[in-house]
Amino acid sequence: MELDSKCPTGPIETRWDRHRFSLKLVNPANKRKHTIIVVGTGLAGASAAASLGELGYNVLCFCFQDSPRRAHSIAAQGGINAAKNYHNDGDSVYRLFYDTVKGGDFRARESNVYRLAQVSLNIIDQCVAQGVPFAREYSGYLDNRSFGGAQVSRTFYARGQTGQQLLLGAYQALERQIGTGQVKMFPRTEMLDLIVVDGKARGITTRNLITGEIESFVADAVVLGTGGYGNVYYLSTNAKGCNATAIWRAHKRGALFGNPCFTQIHPTCIPVSGDYQSKLTLMSESLRNDGRVWVPKKAGDQRNSSEIPEQERDYFLERKYPSFGNLVPRDVASRNAKQVCDEGRGVGETRLAVFLDFRDSIERLGKHVIAERYGNLFEMYERITGEDPYKSPMRIYPAIHYTMGGLWVDYNLMSTIPGLYVIGEANFSDHGANRLGASALMQGLADGYFVLPSTIGDYLASNKFDKIETSHPAVREVESQVACVTKKLLDNKGTRSVDSYHRELGKLMWEHCGMSRTAGGLEQALSKIPELRDQFWRDVKVLGSGDELNQSLEKAGRVADFFELSELMCLDALERNESCGGHFREEYQTPEGEAARDDKEYAYAAAWEFRGVGNRPDLHKEPLTFEYVHPTQRSYK
Amino acid sequence: MRIILHIWRQRNASEKGRMVRYELPNVNQEMSFLEMLDVLNEDLTAKGEDPVAFDHDCREGICGMCGCMVNGVAHGPLPGTTLCQLHMRHFKDGDELYLEPWRARAFPVIKDLVVDRGAFDRIIAAGGFISVATGSAPDGNAVLVPKENAERSMDAAACIGCGACVAMCPNASASLFLSAKIAHLGLLPQGLPEREQRVVAMVAQAQQEIFGSCTNMGECEAVCPKGIKLENIAIMNRDFLRANWAGRPAVAQG
Repeated sequence: MELDSKCPTGPIETRWDRHRFSLKLVNPANKRKHTIIVVGTGLAGASAAASLGELGYNVLCFCFQDSPRRAHSIAAQGGINAAKNYHNDGDSVYRLFYDTVKGGDFRARESNVYRLAQVSLNIIDQCVAQGVPFAREYSGYLDNRSFGGAQVSRTFYARGQTGQQLLLGAYQALERQIGTGQVKMFPRTEMLDLIVVDGKARGITTRNLITGEIESFVADAVVLGTGGYGNVYYLSTNAKGCNATAIWRAHKRGALFGNPCFTQIHPTCIPVSGDYQSKLTLMSESLRNDGRVWVPKKAGDQRNSSEIPEQERDYFLERKYPSFGNLVPRDVASRNAKQVCDEGRGVGETRLAVFLDFRDSIERLGKHVIAERYGNLFEMYERITGEDPYKSPMRIYPAIHYTMGGLWVDYNLMSTIPGLYVIGEANFSDHGANRLGASALMQGLADGYFVLPSTIGDYLASNKFDKIETSHPAVREVESQVACVTKKLLDNKGTRSVDSYHRELGKLMWEHCGMSRTAGGLEQALSKIPELRDQFWRDVKVLGSGDELNQSLEKAGRVADFFELSELMCLDALERNESCGGHFREEYQTPEGEAARDDKEYAYAAAWEFRGVGNRPDLHKEPLTFEYVHPTQRSYK
Repeated sequence: MRIILHIWRQRNASEKGRMVRYELPNVNQEMSFLEMLDVLNEDLTAKGEDPVAFDHDCREGICGMCGCMVNGVAHGPLPGTTLCQLHMRHFKDGDELYLEPWRARAFPVIKDLVVDRGAFDRIIAAGGFISVATGSAPDGNAVLVPKENAERSMDAAACIGCGACVAMCPNASASLFLSAKIAHLGLLPQGLPEREQRVVAMVAQAQQEIFGSCTNMGECEAVCPKGIKLENIAIMNRDFLRANWAGRPAVAQG
């Protein structure tokens, strides 16, 4: 298979404009003759569905939650980047582009990233007009802050709830289209397969989560905005319902999967407290501005934090990275926390945590200043752990937070199946091997509001679509396959619950394909996963029936997909014999212990082609070239 | 610690429900309330009994999907807290807890503790938005918003649409939910052109959904996990009166 990224060439500043001009348009009178399916209602899905509806297309929109407003974009705290340069501090589209390519450790396409930086300007305008209550200065102008180590203030925010407010803006725009009848919404409906007819994506098969009915919907194009796959690890900061089923089943129908091993770990999460733990909660990264990270110098030191004298504490980030200190990037902070815990110096009951201590800041600035800056976070921490972080240090540990990998898409956001578009976290496109803070929201909205509505028209205008009905044999075939899987799960009469398998898989993945990876560990995982998967299919116990609300059945289908995806992640991680961004292979590090990229061998995006469960997938490589930002070693010493 | 649960079990919308007693002998106080229900469901699955259906998603208090009545209080005893953020350390050994779904005619039960809150979406679809098509926005700083308005607007916009306000209201009124959106958009200059038609359309939709009338009891504010204030209802009522005097038609112009 030949991978054609369809990236425009020539001066990068005008690539998107020239490309847009070259795209075919759909006549307004013809738009209403086309139906488009949008799956997922997070920032990408909701903004796409609303924008396509405004353009006059008939849109069918799906989400598994009870309302489109629940999608997990809602939980993003920090903010959204845009190169507005409102602060006159030297920001520009080019600088945002530069920072994003470099932050992604040179594993993203320059053309895509430049477009993202350009479009960031329009996103802010659009959101303000929709009534997103961004933070303001006293003068009434928009406020910005610096975020995630950026040297310019380009992050727009709405308290600690930026994701919520942006999503509600997109949700309201979507509801407006639902009100006019332009978009038809299907909540509590889960996509279980993709319908491909004559090589084109023509619809989806779904399960109505209330009645259990298996139904199909046909259209001229299908858009997936179904988010990332961090829940492979069981414990993550994702919502419980987040899953990879839509993208995975599209992958099995022929869409290539890009860079599956690129996952992001967030360093400041509340640690695991016990086996019953169901998810991990993120604490904003901003805490590292005033908190000092430390562990005891001595392994196995069980004393209370207050009993450990200053000279017996190891402020390991400050010691190892004197110039960035506690503010080193996410991947570096996470790996170091793991390392000290592996040395037996972790704290707390489980020994899998490090201290984040505000004692010195409180002494220096006063409790009221710290309360003003982080009051809500301290409260959240206390609510969950029952400990007062003003009195004793917080305990934190890294957790899976975001997945940069996803379905491979070209510059038009189309996958390798014609007519199947993938947007937001579900695709692999813009963040390379590591995503910068406040960039996820930007990418979701860029794809949904501005990129996809332009590019999808070209596909619709340049193809002919034979009318198909849901009685089409290809549709019936997919439906019977879906029904067969459901039946198999329900008839299994096994002994173990879905969650118990999911936990076991998660542990395995966290251990071998988490913060740091080795060839040996990955090989071990690759031999254990198929065993566990077979056991799952033999022994999983799903009660109830298929024709009612059955949450165990929903989970079982998702976990079955995680079992297959996890294998691909390990394979990709094993194949990539270098360290870059979130992918750290212990064999490939600099003498100082930092990630060592291999640009000669691995400056490509890996795109995997499915070859059947248990068979080795085919690897296709999309070479990455850097004409503007020249690869350098990231250093934070 | 030992916790005794009485949970509303109802197979589907048409079947009659009943309270069923369960005993959990080993509840860890570090667990969240929903993790306790997870443990119960694992036990039930092991025994071959149908697990309890309950809605949840983010488990960090922001998506608005979870919630049930705990001993008659929406989201349980801790103020300003969604059910997923409530931890078992706030209960004591031997406590007996009664869990019921949101109680309101406009929120029909789907199964056990799961209800249909689609009425909220239909209220937003009726007018809870600013009509701006993608691409037509001026520069973000072209319209200035006084900081105080932005803050008050944000206070109202923090609503997570969980439905606790309706569940707790003796009249099952949706006024706190409605008014939060009306205040959020009405306090911003961008929201002013549609302010009157918005309130008329949203209130009309709420009536159609058979939410009750507001009698200013304030139970909604007391249980709101996001601290949405009763004063929003005053803003809504004022807007509603003004819109009716102005004689705006009662239909949303989508």
